[in-house]
Amino acid sequence: MSKELIRLSDCVMKFDDDLILDHINLYINDKEFLTLLGPSGCGKTTTLRIIGGFQKPTSGDVFFDGVRINDLPPHKRKVNTVFQKYALFTHMNIFENVAFGLRIAKIPPKELTVRVEEALTLVNLGGYGKRTVDSLSGGQQQRVAIARAIVNRPQVLLLDEPLGALDLKLRKDMQIELKKIQQQVGITFVYVTHDQEEALSMSDTIVVMNQGRIQQIGTPQDIYNEPKNAFVADFIGESNIIDGIMHADGVVGMYGKRFPCLDSGFSPNEPVDVVIRPEDIDIVPVEQGQLTGVVTEVTFKGVHYDTIVDFRGFKWLIQTTDYSPVGAKIGVKIDPDGFHIMKKSRYSGMFGDYSSYSAEYDELSESAEDSGDEE
Amino acid sequence: MKNKLLGIPYIIWMAIFVVAPLILVVIFAFTGRNGGFTLENFSTMNQYVGVFGDSFLLALVATMACIFIGYPLAYFLSRENAALKGMAMMLIMLPMWMNFLLRTYSWMSLLEDTGLLNRLFQAIHLIDLVNVIGSSMAGLLNQPYEPIEFFHMINTPGAVILGMVYNFLPFMVLPIFSVIDKIDHRVIEAAQDLGADSTVVFRRIIFPLSLPGVLSGVTMVFIPSVSTFVISGLLGGGKTMLLGDLIQMQFSGNTYNPNLGSAISLVMMVIVLVCISIMNRFGSGGEEAVVL
Repeated sequence: MSKELIRLSDCVMKFDDDLILDHINLYINDKEFLTLLGPSGCGKTTTLRIIGGFQKPTSGDVFFDGVRINDLPPHKRKVNTVFQKYALFTHMNIFENVAFGLRIAKIPPKELTVRVEEALTLVNLGGYGKRTVDSLSGGQQQRVAIARAIVNRPQVLLLDEPLGALDLKLRKDMQIELKKIQQQVGITFVYVTHDQEEALSMSDTIVVMNQGRIQQIGTPQDIYNEPKNAFVADFIGESNIIDGIMHADGVVGMYGKRFPCLDSGFSPNEPVDVVIRPEDIDIVPVEQGQLTGVVTEVTFKGVHYDTIVDFRGFKWLIQTTDYSPVGAKIGVKIDPDGFHIMKKSRYSGMFGDYSSYSAEYDELSESAEDSGDEE
Repeated sequence: MKNKLLGIPYIIWMAIFVVAPLILVVIFAFTGRNGGFTLENFSTMNQYVGVFGDSFLLALVATMACIFIGYPLAYFLSRENAALKGMAMMLIMLPMWMNFLLRTYSWMSLLEDTGLLNRLFQAIHLIDLVNVIGSSMAGLLNQPYEPIEFFHMINTPGAVILGMVYNFLPFMVLPIFSVIDKIDHRVIEAAQDLGADSTVVFRRIIFPLSLPGVLSGVTMVFIPSVSTFVISGLLGGGKTMLLGDLIQMQFSGNTYNPNLGSAISLVMMVIVLVCISIMNRFGSGGEEAVVL
């Protein structure tokens, strides 16, 4: 395991009486790709700005390589930031933008030229030096912002929703490119995003945050397969979250029935939240089903159908390639590894019911995410 | 189509009150008293070279003074909170809401030999102090010394410059302030992030980005300064004749000669246009040069 590079120790951030960060403890390893993931206003950008030196925590300490850096101004820190909406210097050409940090560091002209060209080549913008900022597209400007930061060879690169302003296709390409760059230059990336898919596909470690608190830290697989509470389960991917009772190790009860599962370690008859991912549910004929329900809505999504099924007033989302018409009575079957059992938390009962489901839920969540830009 | 129709009132206004008078000025400038074509108005103008020189010099000094006072003011103001900004903007604009003549007349009574300022200087014995120092210095050098009773301020070029700065300073502060105020804070943070301390941030980011504001401020101060006749008339006492006074004399007064007046106006306009176009080129293309 690589060594620890950054540590946030019991960091609290208050603006007036608003608690932005609530006792954050976090350590970041060298050469790791760590993502701070959460909805807008969860404190992820504030956390990043504390590491960058743009904000001081109200209480708590920030350590870099074992040294406390609370009072170190941004220009003296060995981190560089790629800003949301790039923040390029419009009065300079691309070369000068990238060379900015090197000129301040008084790098000799020959080396400076070589390093700037290297950085531009790394982001696929070799030969763009003479262009103006305005003549580049959004994706190209984003890559200039990345080149401008990594040309200084920082130990840590902070990225604040760097792909937020790009369209979907470009965002996917840039995700792959960013991951490649991180592996190529071998430095620590701390990445802020509200896009769970982005986080899952790029990160070594994901830190899920909500309301100023860390909800879960883990690998993408951990976070997706073993969410700690209803918030994480709902925020990462789609989840049906049902009230249940843990009868014994490997036996969970819901809807008055018992189901075999793989989870254990709960007290007998403890009330729990049961998470079932929509893709882990098989639709079967009624007589073979563990549960039966009525289809209320079907949406074609390309790869699969989003099927909403009413189980005694609680609506589930099922993603399957089998088409079931609205009104059909169906049975469902869930394998033991399809269940994930969570202890009750403050988020219990707030997520996981698809009663308010509409075919536009994607667009709705998109526009809700957009409002996070002012964060 | 609708949008174009909305432009018609202004186009008519422009045609009648901007384009037509301009054409008339050009026609007047190239005609003699008898109405025939002549270049005489221009060929006789060389006797006024001094006036041109004085006008542009005083306007230049006033503009520079406005930059040196206005830029720091605008810069520090832009970093303050919104309430203070609004308050300060009010105070800066407040004099502009008072009549221009009134303001300039009040400077007269302030600067007069027996005016408020001189009486203040007497009251705090500043003038006595100057006399004591002056006479002892003169004594040391064996020179005769004549004690002064007041500072002579009115009717000097200095008073004219003071009047220009006082009247036109808001036109310098406002454009600079609005440009600096609009600089994206993230750009400044990006510079800090890349290792720039506050001096470098100012020199390489804020100052170059504020140049368009300085340019429009310069334009808005320089042009009224170069053509003013009220300020030079009231505070300069007619001792330093400026272009504005000269032009005014050609239209009202015993040297009535609208043709010459038009010619002088035309030449002044051309010089100002040339100045502005040079400045703008310098501003848009030369930022890199200024930076380094």
